[in-house]
Amino acid sequence: MSVFLNIENVSRLFGPNLGIGEKIAAKLGGNVESRAVRAVSEVSLTVRRGETLGLVGESGCGKSTLGRLIAGILPPTSGSILLDGAPVMVDGRKVTTRVQTVFQDPFASLDPRMKVGDTVSEGPIAHGLTTKSDAQGYVANWFERVGLDPVWVDRYPHQFSGGQRQRVAIARALAMQPDVLICDEPVASLDVSIQAQIINLFLELTRDLELTCVFISHDLSVIQHVSDRVAVMYLGRIVELGPVDQVFAASAHPYTAALFGSVPKLVLDADELVHFDTIEGEVPSPLSPPPGCYYHPRCPRATDICATTQPETQTVSELRAVACHHFKAVLTDKDPDLTSASASVSTR
Amino acid sequence: MREPILSVSDLTTHFFTRAGVVKAVDGVSFDLAKGEIMGLVGESGSGKTVTGFSLLGLVDAPGRIVKGSVKLNGTELITLSDPKLRARRGHEISMIFQDPIATLNPMLTIGQQMRMAIDAHERLSKRAADARAAEFLTQVGIPSAAARLRGYPHEFSGGMRQRVAIAIALLHRPAVIVADEPTTALDVSIQAQILFQMRELAAEMGTAMVWISHDLAVVSSLASKLAVMYAGRIVEQGPTATLLRDPRHPYTAGLISSLPAMAQPGMPLSQIPGTTPSLLSLPPGCPFAPRCDRATKACVTAPEMTMEDNRGWRCFHPVSAFKEATA
Repeated sequence: MSVFLNIENVSRLFGPNLGIGEKIAAKLGGNVESRAVRAVSEVSLTVRRGETLGLVGESGCGKSTLGRLIAGILPPTSGSILLDGAPVMVDGRKVTTRVQTVFQDPFASLDPRMKVGDTVSEGPIAHGLTTKSDAQGYVANWFERVGLDPVWVDRYPHQFSGGQRQRVAIARALAMQPDVLICDEPVASLDVSIQAQIINLFLELTRDLELTCVFISHDLSVIQHVSDRVAVMYLGRIVELGPVDQVFAASAHPYTAALFGSVPKLVLDADELVHFDTIEGEVPSPLSPPPGCYYHPRCPRATDICATTQPETQTVSELRAVACHHFKAVLTDKDPDLTSASASVSTR
Repeated sequence: MREPILSVSDLTTHFFTRAGVVKAVDGVSFDLAKGEIMGLVGESGSGKTVTGFSLLGLVDAPGRIVKGSVKLNGTELITLSDPKLRARRGHEISMIFQDPIATLNPMLTIGQQMRMAIDAHERLSKRAADARAAEFLTQVGIPSAAARLRGYPHEFSGGMRQRVAIAIALLHRPAVIVADEPTTALDVSIQAQILFQMRELAAEMGTAMVWISHDLAVVSSLASKLAVMYAGRIVEQGPTATLLRDPRHPYTAGLISSLPAMAQPGMPLSQIPGTTPSLLSLPPGCPFAPRCDRATKACVTAPEMTMEDNRGWRCFHPVSAFKEATA
C-alpha cells in the first residue's frame, strides 16, 4: 500500500521566551538552543492509508507533541509532514481540514457555553461542508453515527457524562470528514466499562469510514487492541517501530521489553502473585538528556558504545525498525535478567 | 481464619446535599487480617474513596457516617472522640492519597513535614526524628535520603513525591494503611516499582492494606482479596484469584470481559451497556439491574450478600461457568 502520511525528520523544540539580546545573539549564530527542550527529535514515520498507528510511551516522551505536529496544531521546528504529498502546514498555518483530532479530556475540549450541536456544526459550516440551514440534519446524522440521540443537540456539555462527551468530541472531529484522525489518549479519562464502549465505536468508525489513524496512548493493552503498527517513543525519539503483534511478541529494544514487563497483567489462572519486572530509575529530564543512547543509564544491556554514540535507526526486518546498538542480542537472547532488571517476588 | 485487625460492618456514609441524600457508601462490610492486602475496586462514583475516608473518620459535612462500625484492633473508631481518633490516625491507621502534589506542603521541606508527622505521636529529638525519616525514605527507594530531607516537594519527581507520601504513611508502622489510587497518576515503569515495593513492605512489616483502585490488573498483582463496589455497595468479594477466574456478579464479569486484554486484537470488546447511575436517584432494588442482561422481576428488591465458602456476592442470578463463556 502507498504512503499516505509522511513524517520526515521532524523535530520540535520548546524554548524559553528569548530576550532581545538573546534574539540578536541567536541571529548572529550564538548558541541559545541549549536551554530548549527537544520534545520531538528527528522523527521519521510513514503511515499507509487506512492504517492505525499506535504511539506509546511514558509521560514526557513526546507522543502528544508528535500528535499535535501531525494534526497541524503545532508547527515543527524542522522537518516536514506531508499528507498525500501535500504539506499539512504552510508558514505555521494549518492548510488542510483532512486531519482532525480527538483529545484526552472531554471536559476540557468542549466549550462549556456552547450547545453540543453548535460545537459539532461550527467547523463544517465554516468550511462549506454544510450550510446553516442544512446543519441540523447534518449534525443529527453524525450524532447517530457516534451513538448519541439527535434530540440532544441543544444540550450543553455539563449535561453529559464523560463517555457521552467523548462521543460528542468524536462527532465534532468526524463532521469535518477527515481522512486522518489523531486520537490523543481518547479513553484515558474514562471508566473501564465506558472505555470499552468508546474503543468499540472507534474500531467501527475507522473501518466504516476507512480512516487513517494515529492512536496515542500510554495503555499498552489499548494500543495492542486497536493498532496495526506501533511506534514506541522515549525522550522524543522513536526507539522501536513495527507491526503490533511482532513488537509485542518479541521486542527488539530493551526499553520496549522493559515497558511491557512493568505493566500489571490480569492473570486469571494464577494462585500466586504475578511475576513483576521493573525498570530501574526514572526518565531523565529532557532539558539535559544523557549523551549517547538516551536509555543507556537505565539499560541493563548498556555497554561503552551506548554512552557515547547515539544508535542509528536500523532495519530489523521488512516492516520493523529499532534504534539500539544491541538489538540483535535483545531479539535472540530471551534471558529476562537482561531484558529488564527483574524482580521476582513471592510474598505470603 | 486469623483474628481480623480491621473489621468493618454495615458502614454507611451519606451526604446530605441540597439536591437530596447521596448514599455514597451503603452497608459496606469486610474484614482485614494482619499483613493482608485487599483491593477495593470500582468505577468513579462507586463510593470506594468515600469508604476509605470513612475508615479514617475523614468525611466532612455535608457527609456523615450514619451507621455501621469500624473496629481497629478491637477499638470502635466511629464513636471515638476527635482527639482520640486523631491519636490513632497516622499512628495505627494511615492513608496514602492519589495526588502527591496535593498531599505535600509546598512551603516546607520534606524533612520538616516528616518530623511533624513523627512529633504528632512521639517525642523524639530532631536528630532521632531525622534519622527515622531518612530510614523510611531509604526503605521506599529514595537514594541519598538524608540529603533529600532538606529538599522541597517541587524538587522531587511525581514518583518520588508519592514515595515520600508512602514513607510518611509508614513512619509509625501503622497496622492498617488505606491507599487511594496511589499509582494512578504515575507512569507504568514507576508504578511497577512502587507496587513491588509496597508488596514487600506490607509483608515485611505486617501492615494490612486497603488498596483502592479502578484498575483490576493493578490490584490483581497486589491484593490477596478483592471487593468490587458498585453504586455504594460491595457487590462481590472474595479471594482475588477466585473472583477473577470465576466471578459471580454480572458486574464483575462484565468488568473483566470488557478489558482489551480479554479480546482478540481488533475485534469488538464486550461492553457493559449504559452508564453508572446517579447516587442521588438510585433505581429501587439492585442498582445494576438496568444495565444487566440477567435482570428479572426479582431484581426490584435489593439482593443480600450470598456467602459461600470464603466469598460472597449480591445477586439473585449469579454468573456461573464464566471462563467457558469467555474462552
